Amino acid sequence: MKDNLRDDELVCRCEEVTVGDIRKAIQAGARDVTEVKLRTRAGMGLCQGRTCELLVQQIICRELGISADKAGFSTPRTPQRPVTFGTLGGDGFDK
Amino acid sequence: MRQCEVLVIGGGPAGLSAAIEAAKAGAQVVVVETNREVGGQLVKQTHKFFGSSRHRAGTRGIDIAKILRKQCEDLHVELKVNSLVMGIYADNVVAIDEKKSLTEHNIERIQAKKIVISTGASENSIRFPGWTLPGVMGAGAIQTMCNYHRVIPGRKLLMIGSGSVGLIVCYQLMQAGAEIVGIVEALPHINGYAVHASKLTREGIPIYTGYTIKEARGKERVEQAVIAKVNPDWSTVPGSEIVLDTDIVAVGAGLKPLIGMAHMSGCEFVYDKALGGWAPCHNKNMESTHKGIYVAGDTTGLEEASTAIEEGTISGIAIAESLGYIPKDKAKTLKDEGWERLAGLRSGFKGEDRVKAKMKQLNRYDEVMKGGK
Ligand SMILES: Cc1cc2nc3c(=O)[nH]c(=O)nc-3n(C[C@H](O)[C@H](O)[C@H](O)COP(=O)(O)OP(=O)(O)OC[C@H]3O[C@@H](n4cnc5c(N)ncnc54)[C@H](O)[C@@H]3O)c2cc1C
Ligand code: FES
Repeated sequence: MKDNLRDDELVCRCEEVTVGDIRKAIQAGARDVTEVKLRTRAGMGLCQGRTCELLVQQIICRELGISADKAGFSTPRTPQRPVTFGTLGGDGFDK
Repeated sequence: MRQCEVLVIGGGPAGLSAAIEAAKAGAQVVVVETNREVGGQLVKQTHKFFGSSRHRAGTRGIDIAKILRKQCEDLHVELKVNSLVMGIYADNVVAIDEKKSLTEHNIERIQAKKIVISTGASENSIRFPGWTLPGVMGAGAIQTMCNYHRVIPGRKLLMIGSGSVGLIVCYQLMQAGAEIVGIVEALPHINGYAVHASKLTREGIPIYTGYTIKEARGKERVEQAVIAKVNPDWSTVPGSEIVLDTDIVAVGAGLKPLIGMAHMSGCEFVYDKALGGWAPCHNKNMESTHKGIYVAGDTTGLEEASTAIEEGTISGIAIAESLGYIPKDKAKTLKDEGWERLAGLRSGFKGEDRVKAKMKQLNRYDEVMKGGK
């Protein structure tokens, strides 16, 4: 979206990463969703990128002039949805 | 650690169909579903199904869910609800977070001979100033709230996107008592079925084709939306702005395959716009490039409940075959029939693109397995 790509707009709301942060990461050399994530934390939040993945992809495509299949995708880690420390560390684990 | 023969991640139409076929042949099956009920998207689909399904077009989604669940129960498939799969680890081990009550959780690990990933899809977001304000939400999420939890999230709704999901959700929200202030569509024409659109225009609901949302405004939550005419390069036409009073901006901007589980398993992916973006590739058994892990339904390309059912069915047969429950020749006949039905389903709406995209997945699978790049 051409006229509203403002630097102060939020892209990853879980980690509060803005358009400007992502642009800076790209200027610093990030070339796909994972590289942007490693530099900015976009995609590392509660939703593990389910919300922001596409938005990050779009900005990468636009800034670098590449197609979506070159921009990669988010790579969620365990746990894929929020789990409390109590659950993980509690004595609930099977033997 | 607990062992089982077949573990299905996600109890939507794809996962349940896989479970039914595998269990029918004699396999022991566990379905793990994070919601309190199985059925996936179907549990909120109160409308009669459109489309091409060989026997279920005209049936309501919620009723299809009931039929599938009953079949699972009759076949003694274990339906483990309120249970979230947190991840897949080496040697087909999955970790499950089971919600026993509001505060009580139990973590369990299960090792399975075969795993089916049928986690469905997630909604696409779009970004505009104000998109993180409370009141901006996915159209599918609104449908879940309204039809399943029986809560309307607002009074005055603006829909972004005129695809079938956007149109259906508007109609259902209207029936539930909300006011629909309009539908915004960037394309020059309505994107969904004309029958659905005309039901809304007959009620006087404006459909703004060639428009986009420019901004959502509000202090604590959405109070207004600004829409404007859109140019082919996505810039907006100055002076074309319309300000609408609204408390819900529904985003019906499509869905994308939920591929986290497949990614964790190390499956290979292919990108195709026709299927919603990145999706794991597979062979004609619906087996991914990770041996013993199968993929079916929206998770391997965004389509319909009917195709999800067929893909699930094929994976269930293939699994039963590889576990020795169905002889090879019989399995082949059954799978071929499934692929034929899929071809039939893919002759309909945007079918050609989907067929091409699915071919791409099958070819990519072959390439990867041959050791290519
Ligand atoms: C508004 C709307 C209207 C539609 N109308 C039609 C129609 O008329 N006709 C038609 O054919 N199709 C229709 N569809 C599409 C259809 O609903 C989907 O294609 C179909 O439900 C896909 O089935 P699935 O089993 O792949 O995924 P889903 O139905 O999405 O099921 C996936 C399940 O996996 C669960 N899950 C995900 N991750 C995990 C995890 N980590 N652990 C445990 N469980 C997990 C989810 O909770 C969910 O229950 C419609 C879709 C929408 C949104
Ligand atoms: S919005 Fe980026 S991780 Fe959730």
